[in-house]
Amino acid sequence: MAKKEYAFYPGCSSQLKASASNYLVSVNAMCKTLDVKLTTIPDWNCCGASISYAGAGELPRHVLNARNFALSEQHLPGQDIVATCAACWLGARETKEKLDASSQLLADTNEALKAAGLHYEGKAEIRHMVAVLIEDFGYAELGKPVVKPLEGLKFAGYVGCQTNRPFGIAGESFENPMYLDKLVETVGAEALTQYDQKVTCCGGALAFSETEKAMKQIKDIVESAYDHGADMIVTPCPLCQANVEVYQSEINKTHSTKFAMPVTYYSQLMTVAYGGTPKEAGLDGHIIKPTKLQEIAVKVVPKR
Amino acid sequence: MGDMNIQAIEQYRSDFLKEVEERVEEGHWVKMCMQCGVCSGSCPFGPHWAHPPQEIFMMIRAGKREEVLSSDSMWMCTSCYNCVVRCPRQLPITQIMHGLATYAHRLGLAPRNQPTRDFSILFWENCTKTGRVNELKLTLGVYFREGLMAGIKKAWNMRNIGFGLLLTKRLNPFELFKGHACKDQKGIHAMLKKAQEIEARRHKLPA
Ligand code: SF4
Ligand code: SF4
Repeated sequence: MAKKEYAFYPGCSSQLKASASNYLVSVNAMCKTLDVKLTTIPDWNCCGASISYAGAGELPRHVLNARNFALSEQHLPGQDIVATCAACWLGARETKEKLDASSQLLADTNEALKAAGLHYEGKAEIRHMVAVLIEDFGYAELGKPVVKPLEGLKFAGYVGCQTNRPFGIAGESFENPMYLDKLVETVGAEALTQYDQKVTCCGGALAFSETEKAMKQIKDIVESAYDHGADMIVTPCPLCQANVEVYQSEINKTHSTKFAMPVTYYSQLMTVAYGGTPKEAGLDGHIIKPTKLQEIAVKVVPKR
Repeated sequence: MGDMNIQAIEQYRSDFLKEVEERVEEGHWVKMCMQCGVCSGSCPFGPHWAHPPQEIFMMIRAGKREEVLSSDSMWMCTSCYNCVVRCPRQLPITQIMHGLATYAHRLGLAPRNQPTRDFSILFWENCTKTGRVNELKLTLGVYFREGLMAGIKKAWNMRNIGFGLLLTKRLNPFELFKGHACKDQKGIHAMLKKAQEIEARRHKLPA
């Protein structure tokens, strides 16, 4: 397989000792196997996420994203920008589409960027890691490096909102996207395709400000995974991961439930299936341990 | 803030739709709404919206300025984009909700102590200070927004979560002193200041 290169936008939650640091660890391991080279955009800044709107306003938000694009164009010309976080990707894509569509907005953005000594040409493409996997590799290719099929494991594929709407993955429906289930099957596990909370909102950033309301959403998401017989939930979104994992203990307190459903990333499944260690798969980064995945990860397989 | 509100009332008289079109992000879309109600059935926090999106669009056209801008409703938006992919007229409803909330905040009409408003402002200040989010300060900021005692109580209630994140290396206590940061913070601050100036000009806000 020829080496593929991308400009990488890690986003704040992926940084060392941040809430999704184990996502990045597993992405790195997965990319190593797939011979993907991710070069981090030098001095990248926060995308602003969706929630900063009241402080940000419109143009400052676009300018924040455009700074990353400009840096990428300057230092990593010709490479697509890849983001792993749903919110980063969405924010960046939105900015890209707005600037593409309006010469006025583009001119305003560049006027502001000039104050930081930068200029945005409008060339860089913004893609989510999942789109890269599906479009630049494809399921068959992604299945080739599997040395430890995750046989017997049942996953509820929780896609959530922002990897799915409004842009989503090309060729997928908004109400019932199949790609996560297909990725699960690609690594030899069972996808619970009837899982009905697949695209339910976890509350997003409002889990911070409206915790009770978000916990109701999260309760539905976890409960349905149990009802369908899931061993684990898998998701492509760091905020979904954090919300759905972290609030289970609180829900147990208020609702006398006994939730302990691990919530993993697709990249962790792939890393383990590709023969990665628990550490390489970031399995040490969970409050609710994905024990069954861990068991497979420590198993020794004969070299092929 | 109050002055800005008075100025707006004088400038637009009773034409609230025009005010929204000129000053609110994506506000020019409001008149395209055909009142089908699909968006209103799409919000995850639906029961908590006193006025769901469809109703807000109707109220804007009916000139119910105070009622809209002082409403809690827009702040219930989770940015789930359910509405956007379903709307038959393809209105960017999420952005309009955020835009209305932002405008209400700028005029000083947003409900006081609205938790999502406070979090939004906190997040923006947090991430633009160094160019990157400081998750510890952000979390503490949320807990302590209602004062010291409330904060200690909230932090205590959430101690298992915080401790779990700490143990799994997903929260760094030293972020209190030194967090992740961009090198060119000066450049970032200068460009954002410029962007705010341009935006005020475009939205015809008084200088
Ligand atoms: S879905 Fe669109 S057209 Fe229908 S009420 Fe909502 S905004 Fe209006
Ligand atoms: S994006 Fe906001 S307005 Fe649209 S459905 Fe979700 S919560 Fe409702």
